[in-house]
Amino acid sequence: MSEILLQIDGNEVKAKEGMTVLEAAQSAGISIPTLCHHEKLEPFGGCRLCIVEVEVRGWTNLVVSCVYPVAKNLVVRTRSEKVDRIRKMILELLLAHAPDAFELQVLAKEYGADKNRFEKEASFCIHCGLCVRYCAEVKKQNAVGFVDRGIRKEISFIPEIASRECWNCKECFPLCPTSYLQAAYVLTEALVFPSSAKT
Amino acid sequence: MSRINSPSELEEFRKGILLKRDPNKPCITLCSGSACHASGSGEVAASLEAEIEKQGLRDKVDIRRTGCHGFCERGPIIVIHPDEICYFQIKPEDVPDIISQTIMEKKVIERLLYTDPVTKEKIIHESEIPFYKNQKRLVFGSNGSIDPKSIDDYLAIGGYSALAKAFSEMSAEAVLGEVKKSNLRGRGGGGFPAGRKWEGSRNAPEPIKYVIVNADEGDPGAYMDRALLEGNPHAILEGLTLGAYAIGAHEGYIYVRQEYPLAVENVHIAIRQAEAYGFLGKNILGSGFDFKVIVHQGAGAFVCGESTALMTALEGRAGEPRPKYVRSNIVGLWGRPSVLNNVETWANVPLIINKGADWFTQFGTEGSKGTKIFSLVGKITNTGLVEVPMGTHLRDIIFKIGGGIPGGRKFKAVQTGGPSGGCIPEELLDLEVGFDELTKAGSMMGSGGMIVLDEDTCMVDVSRYFIEFLTDESCGKCTPCREGLRQMLKILTNITEGKGREGDIELLEALSETAIEASLCALGKSAPNPFLSTLRYFRNEYEAHIREKRCPALSCKELIAYHIDPAKCQACMICFKKCPAEAIVGGKNKIHVVDQEKCTKCGTCFEACPPRFSAVQKISGEPVPSPIPEEERMITRKGKEK
Repeated sequence: MSEILLQIDGNEVKAKEGMTVLEAAQSAGISIPTLCHHEKLEPFGGCRLCIVEVEVRGWTNLVVSCVYPVAKNLVVRTRSEKVDRIRKMILELLLAHAPDAFELQVLAKEYGADKNRFEKEASFCIHCGLCVRYCAEVKKQNAVGFVDRGIRKEISFIPEIASRECWNCKECFPLCPTSYLQAAYVLTEALVFPSSAKT
Repeated sequence: MSRINSPSELEEFRKGILLKRDPNKPCITLCSGSACHASGSGEVAASLEAEIEKQGLRDKVDIRRTGCHGFCERGPIIVIHPDEICYFQIKPEDVPDIISQTIMEKKVIERLLYTDPVTKEKIIHESEIPFYKNQKRLVFGSNGSIDPKSIDDYLAIGGYSALAKAFSEMSAEAVLGEVKKSNLRGRGGGGFPAGRKWEGSRNAPEPIKYVIVNADEGDPGAYMDRALLEGNPHAILEGLTLGAYAIGAHEGYIYVRQEYPLAVENVHIAIRQAEAYGFLGKNILGSGFDFKVIVHQGAGAFVCGESTALMTALEGRAGEPRPKYVRSNIVGLWGRPSVLNNVETWANVPLIINKGADWFTQFGTEGSKGTKIFSLVGKITNTGLVEVPMGTHLRDIIFKIGGGIPGGRKFKAVQTGGPSGGCIPEELLDLEVGFDELTKAGSMMGSGGMIVLDEDTCMVDVSRYFIEFLTDESCGKCTPCREGLRQMLKILTNITEGKGREGDIELLEALSETAIEASLCALGKSAPNPFLSTLRYFRNEYEAHIREKRCPALSCKELIAYHIDPAKCQACMICFKKCPAEAIVGGKNKIHVVDQEKCTKCGTCFEACPPRFSAVQKISGEPVPSPIPEEERMITRKGKEK
């Protein structure tokens, strides 16, 4: 793997070929906010919070750093007026679903996001997919998945698998940025396999 | 049927087909595409068969059930060759006359002809009808002359000669070069130059490559790809095979939505026939080139028209776009170089190879070459599919070919490019259609949908409708699209219901920016277009809804009221009887009044009131006048005084 030099927020950063901008930034101690990223999982590119500005051949583009590959002499700006404006909007959109989630509140403070900008529809889930992907990629169980699409999309446990696997695992619980998952799990447990919940 | 093993064998075979066909024998072609099927062409076909049998004409006349002719407004359509006599809106009961008069006695039946709406003249031949006369049907024209289930019909019009030419005279590089030189741009939405896409795949180091047909046409009201795949499937297969040869692919996929059963059926038949003849499979036409085609039926998700989502769906997973910044012509289906073009793009390829890039580039504008098929729907007299050279003025498409707006209404805008396209207002009607021209006007070419809107259409509601469609079709993976559209739809719905607030336009603009800049795929990035383009040209309508609670087009239910003008009402009882909500108060000789509490704003009274009275009015943005006092409501009619 050859070494690549790029510039992030004015700092020279060394990266390896095949790395993403987010990984390169993290390795240099430069922070970029994320919600759906997890180092053990394939990049998802879903929350779009890690959006940054890059300059390629004189053109400035907005790209999502968790999937954008590093390149020689790439110039990256992790903050700009536009980047901040978009992150603020993304946070406000998500806060409508999980207004009291701790992680979102910390980010909201940083970006001046107003949790009351949009009418609240507290569903807690912000579709980061961490539980779904962790269960599929790390645990290879697929006990939890997405169902339906668009604004009707939600996560759901597959009872047959969940009743067998989840009780002794629960590794996805702490991954959830809004803690919706635990509620969902407990609900499924109560509804689908009440007998095992007592043991 | 035995295989055809070389280009020269193909030419011999073709000669044989043509020799067996008498050009002077009458042939009745009947449009049997999905649209005409819906208007009864199946029944017409059955009675044609029966009548010919009955009259003992089996050997004297041919019947050919073709694909869509395009003039769907007037279907089912019959064209009788070789005289090209054109009959419209045929019913089974017309069939005996057609056989006994036109076929037997060579007499034209006046009542079945097209009547020019302006000159009132009857027109016999297809080529003289304004709808057809002003088109240039390079790609779509063959639809009317072949039975899509007959490969011999396709061969009779020169089918597979481009493939034979490529194999006998052209290297793969030369085929690619010709397509590059033709400047053919993708007809599916993005308008990306096909040749450059192909070249990328060809040059990619990975040896296994794929070619894919995107037949996941999902725009509301658009059906040109369906008509091509149903009506001329071999042209798509030939184009696809040429593409495969050019880039070095040996496997191709047709991703077709399962809501197109006739297209699925016809393409399956075509593949079987092409395999039997040796136009697909091993060692095609003796060239040593192998290529097979597999049909995959999609479940009709709009997002699967997006290239990476389509490929993900082909791989058997949920159709969601990929987040990677890498082109699918390099890393596509199963991670391999994959050229994806839509149906119409592939259908252009045999023409380019047969006639050359120089021929092709004589049609169109600087940036957009060739022709484009548009599906012309909405408030338009001649609903149908039209093919025109790029650069044709919008005005000509809508008025010369489309015949303008029915019912004497005024044109307001044309929505082009599908749900994520935009609305183009009257002042831009002289725009030349082309990829870049439409984008500059705030809309896009998309796959060629054109929805004509008249003065009764509310532009805020149009924008709400398309945002609703896109919200429904968003895959839900990324925040700006899923959540942004959810909020945009809420705000737009509020505006159309009179609940708009100051600041709504600015909030919609901010949500649009986030969707455009931060969405994962083209669906989200272009989703705000319906809002942005209507705001650009019809901002006053948004402001009227928000500030005055008024719908200028008198269309938004929550913002209008029906009122009966007491000075005009003749107490005729028509609306009184028809109102389904029993919201009309009145009686015989007693002026009618709409009970606003009961009124459901269905518009029945407005439609029912005789035009000579025109007493029912729609009002918006102003209070409903209070009803006249009970004692003044009686009408005394002349000569009927009690």
